[in-house]
Amino acid sequence: MDLSYSKEDLAFRDEVRAFLAEHLPEEISSAVRAGGELTKAMMEDWHAILNSRGWLATIWPKEFGGPRWSPVQKHIFEEECCRAYAPRIVPFGLNMLGPVLIKFGSKEQQEHYLPRILDGTDWWCQGYSEPGAGSDLASLKTKAERDGDEWVINGQKTWTTLGQHADWIFCLCRTDPDVKQQAGISFILVDMATPGIEVRPIKLIEGGHEVNEVFFTDVRVPIGNLVGEENKGWTIAKFLLTHERTGIAGVGFSMQALEEVKAIARRTMRGGKPLIENPLFAARIAQAEIDLEAMKITNLRMLFKAQEQGAPGPETSLLKIKGTVINQELKDLARRALGPAAAPFPGHVSEGNLMFGPADTEHNAARYFNNRKTSIFGGSNEIQRNIVTKTMLEL
Amino acid sequence: MDFNLTEDRQMLADTLARFLGEKYPVEHRIKVAYDAPYHDPALWDQLVELGALYALAPEEAGGMGGSGFDISVVFEAFGKALCPEPVLGALMASRLLAAADADQEALLTGATRYAVGITEVDAPYELDQIATVASAKGDGFTLSGRKSTVYGGQVADVVLVAAKHGDGLGVFAVNASDANVTGYGMMDGGGAAEVLLDDTPATLVLADAAAALQDAVNAGIVALCAEAVGAMEVTHATTVDYLKQRKQFGIPIGKFQVLQHRAVDMLTEIEQARSITIKAAAELGGDDASRYASMAKNMIGRAARLVAEESIQMHGGIAMTWEYAVSHYAKRLIMLDAQLGDTDYHLSQVMKGYAA
Repeated sequence: MDLSYSKEDLAFRDEVRAFLAEHLPEEISSAVRAGGELTKAMMEDWHAILNSRGWLATIWPKEFGGPRWSPVQKHIFEEECCRAYAPRIVPFGLNMLGPVLIKFGSKEQQEHYLPRILDGTDWWCQGYSEPGAGSDLASLKTKAERDGDEWVINGQKTWTTLGQHADWIFCLCRTDPDVKQQAGISFILVDMATPGIEVRPIKLIEGGHEVNEVFFTDVRVPIGNLVGEENKGWTIAKFLLTHERTGIAGVGFSMQALEEVKAIARRTMRGGKPLIENPLFAARIAQAEIDLEAMKITNLRMLFKAQEQGAPGPETSLLKIKGTVINQELKDLARRALGPAAAPFPGHVSEGNLMFGPADTEHNAARYFNNRKTSIFGGSNEIQRNIVTKTMLEL
Repeated sequence: MDFNLTEDRQMLADTLARFLGEKYPVEHRIKVAYDAPYHDPALWDQLVELGALYALAPEEAGGMGGSGFDISVVFEAFGKALCPEPVLGALMASRLLAAADADQEALLTGATRYAVGITEVDAPYELDQIATVASAKGDGFTLSGRKSTVYGGQVADVVLVAAKHGDGLGVFAVNASDANVTGYGMMDGGGAAEVLLDDTPATLVLADAAAALQDAVNAGIVALCAEAVGAMEVTHATTVDYLKQRKQFGIPIGKFQVLQHRAVDMLTEIEQARSITIKAAAELGGDDASRYASMAKNMIGRAARLVAEESIQMHGGIAMTWEYAVSHYAKRLIMLDAQLGDTDYHLSQVMKGYAA
């Protein structure tokens, strides 16, 4: 038992810290700190900065341009990025499609698409969920039919994150309606500029535009855009959902959130004293902090196991369940700490002496509401419990 | 970073597991834990011969271990077997004797059985509220006060008592035969004693002992947390087995999602409890030991109660019976919250760091 990082890992951490201090633009980190939406340009800039250092495709094998980090190094990198308020990397091309192409794609597909992901030519989005297929993803209905050298796609995808910026979408489509649901799905790449595609924004609970609906009407796609074998898309879908789960606990983001709660509670006055001295409120912070402290170790234990065994196990579902609950609790505490000062809609009272507090609290309530998504997406926490039931408890 | 046990500790864990598995099946445990002397003296001797106590003390004190992870390995094995032997007192006494640079061979060989008296009726957890007081008398001291729920006190030869001494706290050795000791069995098995001190002769072991007492408490907390983790794992595994076997409405009750998800939530909390126990063990003896011990004991208190209550509920009536092992595991899991600071006490300790 030894909880400390190795000398090499510590040196790596220093290297990451130094890089972030030098290269993460102040404008971007303060936008992340403020908690509002980032512009497309900010996300692209950060992507390019990491790419120029070779630290973008952190989970790709070396031969495709990955830095060949250990799980612990990936964890250190993510933790340091959180500490520095670097943006979260848009995962769809890099962490989702990239590994899929590396594992299932043809040589031509790898050579064409992977460099374009790295240099930012193609912004990818994910075409998985449908209005009738959420947790029960395999019931998806968007169909792709062969017509000569083309697929003809008809249907609707939804919850397409940042689809408004995307050049390409990877889709799960039904290619055989007559077999067991999972056996009739294919994984197809679609250029968003293809005629017949329409993207409509979905306004979220807090007013933000993060996700979209994507409609497909007789969208014609070359036959070569199929990844892997026809009707074997479910295997890819499962691979994508389970193969890379470091960071799923969101420990770094929760550490940010904990510091934010404490900072707000120290400067917020209640009954003539700082809120943090109120025992009821301090007790809630303390309990969340204890849960987070345990989660840090749980996360490291799973990383260590992944490093020893070569792949993370189903325990990552436990990380997702508990990690999201802790993060949501902290967001709730921050909103409560602000009290009525959390009420103004972002942007409505942000001028001069009308401001209630520092700019980093302006999006506080919006973040609380937006973050309710974390226990729903990526396989809801209920689905995670089903996975653990089956794989670990064998019930 | 390495979450594997060292070879030595793995061997210790295996040896203890084998020994307890053979000699201490739960039926035997239930037999000995509730009748005086509330443990099995013959098995205690064998445990001592195995070297279980040596693992709890550092080399410079004559032992072979003494780190947080040595302690957690031993007590996790005890937790799995629900072992009621009075080892916690030996551990805490060993920490105090080590702090005093006192010889502890008699403790480690089992020749002298130690218990530690910190708790008082009106100061169950708080060292700074201790009322028992030491007075100088002749060359030595006498103590007056009442030490309550002294774990293992029913069979102790010597009780190390925390008492007010000058402006601070001292640790004093009291021969059990000199004090008014009333032993009794406990709801969750095992024994304790009320120790009444009335100008009782005592030997000063350590003056200015607040830090040493806190260290002994922290070590005891690591032990209790590890014991709870072991007990929770067995309880959860037994519950999951039962969900597979017990049929109602014609199917195993484990097919019901409402039970499945609760079984997963128990597992999540047990993993978290194991994690924070590892952290507290790693920090034991360091500058932040008390803070992480408090975090661990708080989380263990919450997780242990969840596992105990949910296991009983998900089993149904059978877990309400004396005959079924889960009822005894559940009692231990609930009652250990009140040892060395409960969930709320330790939450308050963590909160103290927030002011300023």
